[in-house]
Amino acid sequence: MAESEQRNPVKRGPTILVGLALLFSIASSVPAASSDSGQHRTQGVVPTPRIEPARGGTCPESPAFMRRNHMDLLKHQRDDTLRVGDRRGQYSLKECISCHASQATNSVAANSSNFCQSCHAYAAVRIDCFECHATQPQVKP
Amino acid sequence: MTANRSSGHTQPAHERKGRRGFLGIAAAGVAGILLAPGVRLIEIAQAGQPKGGANPGVRWGMLIDSTACSSGCTDCVKACNTENGLTGGQSATDSQWIRKIEIKEVRTGKTQSLPVMCQHCAEPPCVDVCPTGASFKRADGIVLVDKHICIGCRYCMMACPYKARSFVHEPLTGQKPDVPRGKGTVEGCTMCVHRVDKGEMPACVLACKTAGHSAILFGDLNDPKSDIAKRVAQYASRQLREDLNLNTGVRYAGF
Repeated sequence: MAESEQRNPVKRGPTILVGLALLFSIASSVPAASSDSGQHRTQGVVPTPRIEPARGGTCPESPAFMRRNHMDLLKHQRDDTLRVGDRRGQYSLKECISCHASQATNSVAANSSNFCQSCHAYAAVRIDCFECHATQPQVKP
Repeated sequence: MTANRSSGHTQPAHERKGRRGFLGIAAAGVAGILLAPGVRLIEIAQAGQPKGGANPGVRWGMLIDSTACSSGCTDCVKACNTENGLTGGQSATDSQWIRKIEIKEVRTGKTQSLPVMCQHCAEPPCVDVCPTGASFKRADGIVLVDKHICIGCRYCMMACPYKARSFVHEPLTGQKPDVPRGKGTVEGCTMCVHRVDKGEMPACVLACKTAGHSAILFGDLNDPKSDIAKRVAQYASRQLREDLNLNTGVRYAGF
């Protein structure tokens, strides 16, 4: 028993070394790959999404609040708008889009760098809002 | 069981009396609130309604004058397609919210043309059959589909006697910001709810007026001072499939 315990670390030594080497190579390649694609800005070793600036104006809530609660605000207001017919709310998807649509694509979800997609692609969350809703601001006639 | 009963018996008499007295006073109070003169429960209920939503006192409706509707004119259909971002029947599965039909009196040969769309029933069968509650009637009588919870079962399409609803079979792009539409859900005439909420009239009504026919009159059926309420009060008008007792918001005159 005592013999085998002493023998095993010697035998496993090279395996552990190879494993550690692999781990380091993977860990170091992750930030490099993301900085190449230009999608994420690197903060230390954790890549964070690069979010396009809005077109101006003031958001009804602070960015920190919006990051955590935008889905609840949208869901609450969609029921008010559609089922109750109350269109006075300030958290409508249309308003979000009118301000956050990309200057380049005029959309919030045309590609993975656009406002909604930049975060959702990063978090690997597939949203289906835009299967029905327009991604572009309303064109005023 | 026995323990409970014995504990009830050991309760002091004045305490029991006190509780009974309280219940009596409470019941009298509740009765007083309910029976106070001039107070009706409906007003209390409506007071809780958020202001700015669809007005439950309003019943939006349309009166279609088939004598003014021109055969061959499809301006209302085109306006609907443009307003709501519909393709207008380019492929067999494309949605159709409003269509023009021709009717003919067999004996006399007299033909008439009229648009048919969702009739915005007061007792909508599509709402009755919807298993998820997606098909619903707004407080002001407009019948809509909540596509967030529509599962695309199409029961409502089967239930509708007017063939007013369509199913979206293909993925869509380029929807209008005011009119979200998507694959896997059922849709139909919304009476241009996004326009009505802004105080405008539906696109088909406007198009008919612009074309010089003014065959579609839009307004509040509940408001005795509105043009539509005066017209239906004064002249004969009919509902399609009156026998079903659906009390449609869209009515027809001239046949």
